[in-house]
Amino acid sequence: MARIELKNLAHAYQPNPKDAADYALKPIDHVWQDGLAYALLGPSGCGKTTLLNIISGLLKPSQGQILFDGTDVTTRAPQERNIAQVFQFPVIYDTMSVYNNLAFPLRNRKVAETNIRSRVEEIAEMLDLSADLEKRAANLSADAKQKISLGRGLVRSDVAAILFDEPLTVIDPHLKLLLRRKLKQIHARFKLTMVYVTHDQLEALTFADRVVVMNDGQVLQIGTPQELFETPRHTFVGFFIGSPGMNFLACRVSRGKALVGSAQIALAADYGALEGDFELGIRPEFLKLHATQTLGSLPVKICENENLGSCKIITVQLADQQLKVRLGEEETPPTTAGFLEFPAAWIRLYAKGLLVEPEPRKQPTQEVPP
Amino acid sequence: MNKWNDNKAWFMVIPVFLVVAVSAILPLMTVVNYSLQDIFSPTQRIFVGTEWYRDALTDPRLQEAFGRQMLFSGLVLLIEIPLGILIALMMPKKGWGASLSLVLVALPLLIPWNVIGTIWIIFTRPDIGLFGAAINHLGLVFDHTASPLDAWITVMLMEVWHWTPLVVLLAYAGLQAIPEAYFHAAKIDGASSWATFRYIQLPKLRGVLTIAILLRFMDSFLIYAEPFVLTGGGPGNATTFLSIYLVKIAVGQFDLGPAAAFSIIYFLIILLISWLFYQVLLKAGTGEKS
Repeated sequence: MARIELKNLAHAYQPNPKDAADYALKPIDHVWQDGLAYALLGPSGCGKTTLLNIISGLLKPSQGQILFDGTDVTTRAPQERNIAQVFQFPVIYDTMSVYNNLAFPLRNRKVAETNIRSRVEEIAEMLDLSADLEKRAANLSADAKQKISLGRGLVRSDVAAILFDEPLTVIDPHLKLLLRRKLKQIHARFKLTMVYVTHDQLEALTFADRVVVMNDGQVLQIGTPQELFETPRHTFVGFFIGSPGMNFLACRVSRGKALVGSAQIALAADYGALEGDFELGIRPEFLKLHATQTLGSLPVKICENENLGSCKIITVQLADQQLKVRLGEEETPPTTAGFLEFPAAWIRLYAKGLLVEPEPRKQPTQEVPP
Repeated sequence: MNKWNDNKAWFMVIPVFLVVAVSAILPLMTVVNYSLQDIFSPTQRIFVGTEWYRDALTDPRLQEAFGRQMLFSGLVLLIEIPLGILIALMMPKKGWGASLSLVLVALPLLIPWNVIGTIWIIFTRPDIGLFGAAINHLGLVFDHTASPLDAWITVMLMEVWHWTPLVVLLAYAGLQAIPEAYFHAAKIDGASSWATFRYIQLPKLRGVLTIAILLRFMDSFLIYAEPFVLTGGGPGNATTFLSIYLVKIAVGQFDLGPAAAFSIIYFLIILLISWLFYQVLLKAGTGEKS
């Protein structure tokens, strides 16, 4: 079990970094709680694997400290950190049986053979590998191999955190679901701190208690999946999470209203004091599209209607800006023109990409959903 | 059914058959032809059946040469394969050091084979050769023209110096191809460097080492130019390997029939041993060992 503290941690791959662009990982200060599952989510090259390798000890950060349960482990080698890691491609010892693969980390740590046997059998049981123990690991399927790499971490009773580096990349889609469920079971049972790197938001949102959204070497937001969905703290988070991402409209805010072109959108009361140019963000799920005018709805042109089977994505035009509206499959949208309603509770305002906190701040979850 | 009626595919294969026939099978048939006849002149030939084969197989000098050849190839594999892997493991993985060491290691491979023999004649001369003279100055008598053991040592040194680089290059390429994650995982699993070698690097090198062993076996079994230049097969017959003996029969004594039978046997031996190696290496590491 471990609480992971990142203190002013940053990394640059070249020596003597000068400006922010030289950092693969920009300074981050955060405490990750013991026993929670964290997902590092971001596009390729955003620095999430760099952060993971710093936590595992494969990479020494160019500045800052990393603490496990208050102990500074910044300079410790991976084998001294009580962590296990599962890589993108299954790493197994080809010449060994499944049993010997699982026993390997224990044998290296000079654990007695009888203890090894009971431990390996317990872990194999849990990972549904019992029947394959005597088989050669090299002959198994990719998902079984990935379970073996995970098992090599779990057999060690001293493991505090398990790190996953996009572990489902090479797994067939129908097995991904099973393996992800297995991971959740293991997490529930062992209460290990888990750190899971992925660029797949569905994976991150279903796996994690907390999602760490990164872009361009920077941690933009850490929060529960719900927080990320409802109140993205950065326009990138809004756009990256959700399918399709959050809509953003350039607007001018004045006297409790947002002006998009000549259209006026009413804002929640706590945005009342703001004045100036902002970006208005709203999730496609929260927008309502009506065929006839209702109170406060704005006339829009319908540009495109995509039917995705389980839902419909409607592209509409308001003033000169486009928005996406997500409707249920049973809803029938108007064909050429309609009226768009912006529920004030779900409108967020952003300045220079960052969320503008309404004053006083209210929990959006306590408000009535549309 | 279609397979038998539609034979267009054969037209695609025929060119390969023709090339192989002209380049390999026809010359081989010529040798087979020679091996079955006693040839006095172009017009005077006598069919002798398997006589030359029986002669060759019972020739004590050929048997001795075969023994020497097996010992030589065995030593070559025992020394060059582990040494090659060891050097490859020690070479830098990246940076200018990697390029430099690759060039340095590959140098012996760029020298013509008979020049290699000449270099080693001079290098090991007891009077003026750097190596030979130095050894003799230490009080050890070393002369590859007089002592069979010294001749063997010299030939082995030359062979190892010349061909270990090939094993190094293959092993180095094999090592570079192992994904970094394996080494990371081994570190996290607390594996020692020996365990990392034994369970990651060696198994992953199986493919390239199969090639290295086959190439080194075949080449060393066929060795001719370097020992011919260096020792001429001597002193006595101490370093007369199969191909040196073969050339003595074919060119020295002009016994084309026995030489042809010998060639065929030689060829079959290499084919058989290479096949055995291949079969063994194909299965190596696929069964649980510990």
